[in-house]
Amino acid sequence: MTGQLLVHQAGPCVTVQDLGWHGYVAQGISRGGAMDVLAMAEGAALLGQSSSCAALEMAGFGGQFSLTRDCVIALTGAEMRADIDGRALAWNASHILPAGARLTLGAVMRGVYGYLHIAGGFSPPPILGGCGTHLAAGLRAPIAAGAELPFGAAPTSRAGLTLAVADRSAGGVIRILPTLQSDMFGSDLLAAFQNTGFTRDPRSNRMGVRLSAPDAPNFAPEAARNILSDIVMEGDIQITGDGTPYVLMAESQTTGGYPRIAQVLPCDLPRVAQLSTGAEIRFQMISHNEAIEIERAAQAARAQLGAMCQPVLRDPREAGDLLAMQLISGVTAGEDEG
Amino acid sequence: MVVRFGDHLNAAGNRACLAFAAAVKRSEINGVLEVSSALQSVLLHYDPLRLTPQKLHGVLAALLNEQDWYAAALPNGRTLWEVPAAFGGVYGPQFAQACALAGVDEATAVAEICGAALRVQAIGFAPSQPYLGELPPHWNIPRKAELTPQVPKGALVVAIRQIVLFSVPSPTGWLHIGQTGVGLFEPDRDPAFMLRAGDEIVLRPVAAADFEAVRSRDPLGGARARVIP
Repeated sequence: MTGQLLVHQAGPCVTVQDLGWHGYVAQGISRGGAMDVLAMAEGAALLGQSSSCAALEMAGFGGQFSLTRDCVIALTGAEMRADIDGRALAWNASHILPAGARLTLGAVMRGVYGYLHIAGGFSPPPILGGCGTHLAAGLRAPIAAGAELPFGAAPTSRAGLTLAVADRSAGGVIRILPTLQSDMFGSDLLAAFQNTGFTRDPRSNRMGVRLSAPDAPNFAPEAARNILSDIVMEGDIQITGDGTPYVLMAESQTTGGYPRIAQVLPCDLPRVAQLSTGAEIRFQMISHNEAIEIERAAQAARAQLGAMCQPVLRDPREAGDLLAMQLISGVTAGEDEG
Repeated sequence: MVVRFGDHLNAAGNRACLAFAAAVKRSEINGVLEVSSALQSVLLHYDPLRLTPQKLHGVLAALLNEQDWYAAALPNGRTLWEVPAAFGGVYGPQFAQACALAGVDEATAVAEICGAALRVQAIGFAPSQPYLGELPPHWNIPRKAELTPQVPKGALVVAIRQIVLFSVPSPTGWLHIGQTGVGLFEPDRDPAFMLRAGDEIVLRPVAAADFEAVRSRDPLGGARARVIP
């Protein structure tokens, strides 16, 4: 049985997202899809479904929503002020949202991209086989007030589960690998790049995170304005003509002529996507073998997310709505893409 | 993993990319997620947890040794598109600047740009967006240091002996010289993507006064296709 999510109010960049498109780089379309793919996996774990189920991605600000029938939702990614009809909701948790109740998601408290998942996933008409949004390529537009978004039947509905999630918005060390063009920068610039603390520039978007460091040297190598355009990918760090680093993200262009100083490990990209204003990241070059082991460990951790979900522990004296909550139904199969 | 056939524009290197990328796709190497060709390189997106870099390197080296890829033929079933275009004025605000950098007057520039078929050497940056070339050597003009904030869908821009025809509105560091009415990528159209690498485009100059009529004639902006025998 399907239902509709009714959008009563929406922030400036609320989009429906899945894990994006694959196989279209040769035709000029990068992945698109969710900026924080780990948040997609966390929502899927809380709801016991595939992380390819589409969710709402909300940049900076959520909105007001209601459903045409009861369903279980999960909230992941950047934590936002959240309530159902005035009753505050825990983040990184699943909740039942009764038909007609008003879900309000406000401004982010830290991080950038919050996610609203629904049991069964949202099911807009597919474009090129995908249910996500790629704004730069013109594949779907942001969700606006008045929109109605269908969602699919839920195989199992679980509410009242929570997941302990480490904060991804505080910056820290981001692991990088060399690219074919890293040598063009020379050892001094490569060393300076790794000794610089970068913050997120407000001009960042789904195409790329622009990094800012007021006292940093100009990272642009000499004679880079005539290099041949080559294929670029999510995670590549381009240095533009004026020396500014951009980490290319989900809606990256597929080719580029600016030199790439390094590429970010896929498992560290969610921390770049969610970097809070003012928080600092530093880059650290590692070896290919180290990178493979780090990615292997990250994949194993993602596969364990379902098993890590715990029932919310609540003080019964504060739980006036205990009877209204479906605490647990169904079990987690712990399944996810391997 | 990247296989590079050259570091400057070169027709043989570009043909090698197209042929090698097609051969890699046919080999269906387990663990390779995506293959795409650029101007002088082929990129393989692979899962290092399923396929070690050493093993992939070995497979590619063996494939490279199978034939002289620089002598490879262009793919079969290519399309030649004739695309109406207006140059200069409101349709190409940087046309005069580009002509000055190339050292030719505007009439000569139009004749040079429209005089021969331009090959789609690569698709990239945005959906179905072609890198077209190659123009005569005096068109080896650099990208601008500062970005033009936005050129419209269908815009023609030039730099480094190439023309790009924009499929979506976009910022660019290339010089905006002209405009077409063509929609290279329409997600609701079948096929959604108009061009493939290896296709060719002949630009047909249209006077500015006539361009709006030509552009609004049909969704392809008056563009016509025929198969290259």
